[in-house]
This record gives sequence, C-alpha cells and structure tokens, in this order.
Amino acid sequence: MNDTYLDHNATTALDRRVLDVMLPWLLEQAGNPTSRHTFGRTARNAIEHARTQVAEACGAHASQVIFTASGTESNNFAIKGISANLTHKRVLLSTIEHPCVARPAATLQAQGFAIERIDVDYNGKLNKAQLKTQLKKPAGLISVMLANNETGGIQDIAQIGELVKQAGALMHTDAVQGLGKLPLHFNSLNVHAMTISSHKVHGPQGAAALILDKRVDIQPLLHGGGQEKGLRSGTENIAAIVGFGMACELAMTNLAHFSSHTAALRDRLEQGLMQLNATRTSITIFGKTTARLPNTSFFAVDGIEGETLVMALDRAGFAVASGSACSSDSTEPSHVLLAMGVSEDLARGAIRVSFGTNNTLQQVDDFLATLTQEISRLKQLTSIAA
Amino acid sequence: MSASIELPVLKHRDDAHPLYLDYSATTPVDPRVAAKMIPYLTENFGNPASRSHPYGWTAEEAVENAREEVAKLVGADPREIVWTSGATESNNLAIKGAAHFYAATKGKHIITIATEHKAVIDPVRELERQGFEATFLIPEPNGLVDIEKFKAAIRPDTVLASVMFVNNEIGVIQDIEAIGHICRANNVIFHVDAAQATGKVQINLEKLPVDLMSLSAHKTYGPKGIGALYVRRKPRVRIEAQIHGGGHERGMRSGTLATHQIAGMGEAFRIAREEMDTENERIRRLRDRLLQGLLEIEEVYVNGELEHRVPHNLNISFNYVEGESLIMAVKGIAVSSGSACTSASLEPSYVLRALGRSDELAHSSIRFSIGRFTTEADVDYTIELMKSKIGKLRELSPLWEMFQDGIDISKVQWAAH
Repeated sequence: MNDTYLDHNATTALDRRVLDVMLPWLLEQAGNPTSRHTFGRTARNAIEHARTQVAEACGAHASQVIFTASGTESNNFAIKGISANLTHKRVLLSTIEHPCVARPAATLQAQGFAIERIDVDYNGKLNKAQLKTQLKKPAGLISVMLANNETGGIQDIAQIGELVKQAGALMHTDAVQGLGKLPLHFNSLNVHAMTISSHKVHGPQGAAALILDKRVDIQPLLHGGGQEKGLRSGTENIAAIVGFGMACELAMTNLAHFSSHTAALRDRLEQGLMQLNATRTSITIFGKTTARLPNTSFFAVDGIEGETLVMALDRAGFAVASGSACSSDSTEPSHVLLAMGVSEDLARGAIRVSFGTNNTLQQVDDFLATLTQEISRLKQLTSIAA
Repeated sequence: MSASIELPVLKHRDDAHPLYLDYSATTPVDPRVAAKMIPYLTENFGNPASRSHPYGWTAEEAVENAREEVAKLVGADPREIVWTSGATESNNLAIKGAAHFYAATKGKHIITIATEHKAVIDPVRELERQGFEATFLIPEPNGLVDIEKFKAAIRPDTVLASVMFVNNEIGVIQDIEAIGHICRANNVIFHVDAAQATGKVQINLEKLPVDLMSLSAHKTYGPKGIGALYVRRKPRVRIEAQIHGGGHERGMRSGTLATHQIAGMGEAFRIAREEMDTENERIRRLRDRLLQGLLEIEEVYVNGELEHRVPHNLNISFNYVEGESLIMAVKGIAVSSGSACTSASLEPSYVLRALGRSDELAHSSIRFSIGRFTTEADVDYTIELMKSKIGKLRELSPLWEMFQDGIDISKVQWAAH
C-alpha cells in the first residue's frame, strides 16, 4: 500500500469518528426506517438527525435534503428529474461538467431537448457574457459545477444563479467538490438544486444528497416505497446516512483548518514546481491565478505523459491522479483542460495532486524530491528512445 | 452454526426493547458480514475506479470477489451482475430500462402481478404515464399466479413481464420456471424481483428462464444501500441505463461503488449459499412451532398458502380484533402489519385485499418473519404473548361476543351514524 495519499478529490479515507457512529448500525441495530415498531423508529430518528447535520453543513434547511446513493445519482436526479417538468426544453451546461451531469443531459436530446454548452476561459472560469446572451432565449435548466474536480477552479455560483433567476430559469450546481473545502450556503447561492456527496468529506461511500428548493417540481428517478417524501424510493442506507451526517458535522468544524492547512501544502508544492520550472523542466500549473479549492493543484510537465508519471510516482509511494478517477479508465486527455483551450499534448501531461488535512509539509517535500527524480529519469528514457 | 451467534439487541427485554420478528422488512447485518466490511471502511478505502494506484486496485479486487459470490448464489456468471443501490433501484432499472430498450421492437404492453412490491408497481405505473399499457394480474386466493391466466394475458405487443419470486407479505413462492418458459415462448422479456428469495429458495439462473433478476443485500443479512441486477448474457438482454455518468458497470449503472457495502453483500451471499439448507430446516421447525401455537387460538386465518412458501414467513389474520389495537397490544414483538415499506399508512394491505381478504381481516393481520437469530424461546414467548393479548382484546370486543353468541356478523345490517 502507498505511504502518501494525495488523491483526496477522488475519495477520502473514512474518519474514525464517522466509523464510530456507523458501527452500531452495522453491528447492533436492525430495523427498516419505514417500520413502525421501535427498531424502525430508532432508525428513522437517526436518519432525521443526519439530515439536520447535512443541512447545517451546507446552509440549507433539513427539509431541503433528499438522500440518495451517490453524487452521480443526485446529478442524474437533478438533471433528468427537473427537466421532465420543464416548459422550455433547453438545458445549458458548462463545458467542464463531470460526466454524471453531462451524460444524463445528453440523454435528454432524445426527448426533444436542446442541450447547449457554456464555454470557460483559459483559467476554467465560466464565460458569463456568453451565458447572458444564451439566456436571452428562454431556457429551462442551467447546470454549472461549483468547484471543478480536476483544476479545483471555483465558479461564482451566486452571480451565475442570479443571472439564471432573472431569466426565469432553474439552476443546479454540482457542489460535490465544494463541501468541506469552502463555506457552502445553499440558500444564498441562488440555486434551486445542489449535489453533495459523503465520500469526498471522509464519510462513507453510498450516501449523497440533492439539496432542493421545495418549489421545484421534480420527477423521481426511482419509484417505489415512497421514501424521502416520495422523491427517492428505496430502503434508506442508514449506516451510510448516519456516517454522512457525522462527516458533514466534522467537515464544518474542520473547515477553517482544512482551508489554511491544505493551502499551505499546495503553496509549498507549487513553489517547488516553479523552482523546477526555472531550472530545466517546463511545468504548467492550470488555473493558478483564479479562485481555486485550497487543496488542489493540477499541473503538466511538458514532454511527459501524465499517466506514465502517475505510475512512476505510485511505485515510489505517492498516490496522485492523472484525470478524474471516474474516467481514468480512458487515456483521453482531460476534457476539462481541452475546454480551457489547453493543447492536447500539454493536457496529456496533466497530473492532479489533491491534499487532505492529514498530509504534511514533509510529505510535500518528499513528493517534490521524488517528482524531480522521476522527471529526469523519464526524460532520459525519452531522449534515449528518440 | 448461525444460531450460536447472538445479537442481544434483537431479544425482548421490555416493551421498549421488543423481540425482533420482522426479518422480511430488513435483516440485521450478520456479524461475519460486518467484519468483512470494516476493513474497507478503514484501511482499504480506495475508489475502485481509480486505476492508477493500489488503493483503487484493492477496492476493485474486493468488488470483483463479491461479484463472484453474488453470482454463485444465483447460478449466474459474474459478468451478469450489475451493482445498484438496492432492490428498488434494480427494479426501476430492469423495468424502465428493458421497457424503453425494447418498446420500439416488441411493443408497449407490460404484465405484472397485483401483489408485487411497490418498487415494481410504481415503475410500471410510471411507464403507464409514458404511454405503456399494463395488466396487473390478480393472483388466486392462495397468493399464487394461475399459469393459464398468465398465458392468456400475453398479447402480441407484450414487451415485459415482472413477477416476484417470493412475496414480501405472505412469503408465497411463484412458479418462476413455468412463467419464464411462457415468456420465452412468446418472446417476452422476463424480470423477477428476488429480493425476498435469496438465501431462502434455490436459484439457478443457468437453468431458470429469467432475463433480469433484482437482488437485495439487506434482506439476506447484508448491509442496506446495496443490491444488484442480474442481466442475462445468453441470450443477451439489453437495458437502457437509468443513471448516467462515469460509465461504471459497463455503462449500465454509473456512480462510485461503495466498496464496503459490496464486500458486505458478497459475504452475506456467500454465507447464504453455504448455510441455506441447514438454516431453512431450522427456520421451518421454528415456523411450524409458531404456527401450531397460534392455531390454538380460535378464528385465526393463515394468509397465503403454506406449501409453496418460504419457511421464514407466517402471515396471520386474527378475526374479531381491531387492527390498530392489535399492533398496540403486541408491543413486546417487532412485527409488521402490511409491508414495512408502506406501513406508515393505515390502509389495509393491498396484497391481502388482492387475495380477496375482507378489509377487517386484512387490517387484523400480522406478518411474523423469523430468521437467522430467532430461537425456540423467542417463538414460545411470541405464542404466549399472542394468546394472552388476543384473549384480552376479544374480551373487549362486542363483535367477538356476538360471534360467540352465534350471530353471523357479515349479515348484520349496521345503522349509519
């Protein structure tokens, strides 16, 4: 197993304190939350407590929280569920959305929807002037992610939401990467729906939520027993939901520390990268001058394949990513970088480092030393091959 | 072996801590399953889709081992198993996914049974809203589908049939093989909700003519929040994905997989496969003991037939007892009146009504569902509790008094007030 985990935007280790609140639900408690006997009621209470914890972590009211099984499901639910009841069958998305927003949107085309893209600039910022023009024609739903999983770039969701609201359309934001990394206030973001997920904040996999403005008319994705006020059927995954609640509470407590600690690590890393850049290696840091998540650095080493570098770093004990984990099956260059206007060659060199609070400055220094070694070794190999 | 594991929380201590007899609503996680899950919550926490580091590889290996275990229990190929968040999602994916995929070529008519779980009925109703037509077959009073009536319901445009293996409320086992052969002969896609069947009846999909089968972990001593859909490869069955994204599960179901839950389902299904025969025998003995004890009470009716039925389930109506007061009176046991998933409503069970039971009998029904951790002492406690409580409730009942006096209550003309 690796020594140093630097892939926190893909998934995070479960916090021990989260595990502690989950274990009774795995080891001792039985009960289906829908059952009326005491086993069922105890389970129901646990879920409602978690709902409050989740709501507080994202500035929402508990009644706005709909539990789902994954961020992917929440995004599918938002895109397909809201679109099902739209008058204007026109959906706008940024070009850097995660596939679990872009793909459900693409399926709407078969139902007569027009799906349009909103471009981003070289830093990954949404082109608001373009959005304004696009909003001059009636639109139904706009979806723009709050923070990008690859670059960490943050959008001005409240401003974008305001434009959308003025245009009379509905707005969804995928905030999976934002939760626990920056303050989130659903009710001041000017959005109607927001996706968040447990396993990115040291909670378990298997729980997520869609935060929904109750005025929005949404079609369920899953039909059945009528759980979650009929909006998401299926027996609740109590242990995971309870864990998600606790993870949210801890993330809130830890937010200031997360922000300052991971920013310090990220700055140290990028200083090191710049020094390397000044000597003999050309390194590009993406979105460096724009608002970013404090823990994320996305960069490319000119002339070296990101995938090769990731594997080499892994052998040396560092877990990093070359693209988003969810699509790391493919060797296609990052669609986010291409959307930002980065060349295919440079995009192929991209690697992502994403820190958590358990990482240390020493680990950053060790990582930089290893990176420097691996780059020169790989460069030698390429020059021999050439 | 399994009876030697004790879970104190399931035992009766006082009325605030009743005896758990609601295994068909959900089962406690087997401690062996929990032990298998915990490492994936702690040291092995990787994302199984991360291909570039061992955190991801360890997770992927666990997922694939579990897939093999799940496949083995139902006689399938691991490549035929698609993970979902539970049987509700599996049913939605199977029904909407197959109906949409085959509507253009086969037609838009669906056959299902009136006693299906809501997680089958509601997706079918949703398809009706989208322009499909559905036939909800009424089963015989014993709960079983008449094969000839099923055959007669098939139309040239029938695309899909969905029939549950084991009913959640009355435990009856449908003749899936016979129904499957009819579907095959008529080119109809056949889906089976087997959430209540795994670990209770032998399932061999190598021989069973079923195209899609929904599986759940938390009804078989696994964790909640994980299930699977079996999708036949030979002859190949296609479904339209309902959740799109990273392309997990060969594009049929996107979303990061919860490794610990999958590992838990695998372990739960392994235990089910290895212990099913001895466990069912033990549970059958307990069920028979419970039945004999309860039959000593006058005017009780078993709902659903007993022969084609899983031993875990006993659904009984207690005549001349009012439903709500019955539930209040038996606080020492945690049981279900109607399906757990809808028991928040006070409607009498639609399953029992479909069998032709009167509203009164449906209201005064109790589903006792027993399982791995139920003991003989638990059964004896339950019998004594029921005898004494039913006796007391009937003492208060004017209807019971009239019945004792030989008055036929169904013929009484009640005055309106």
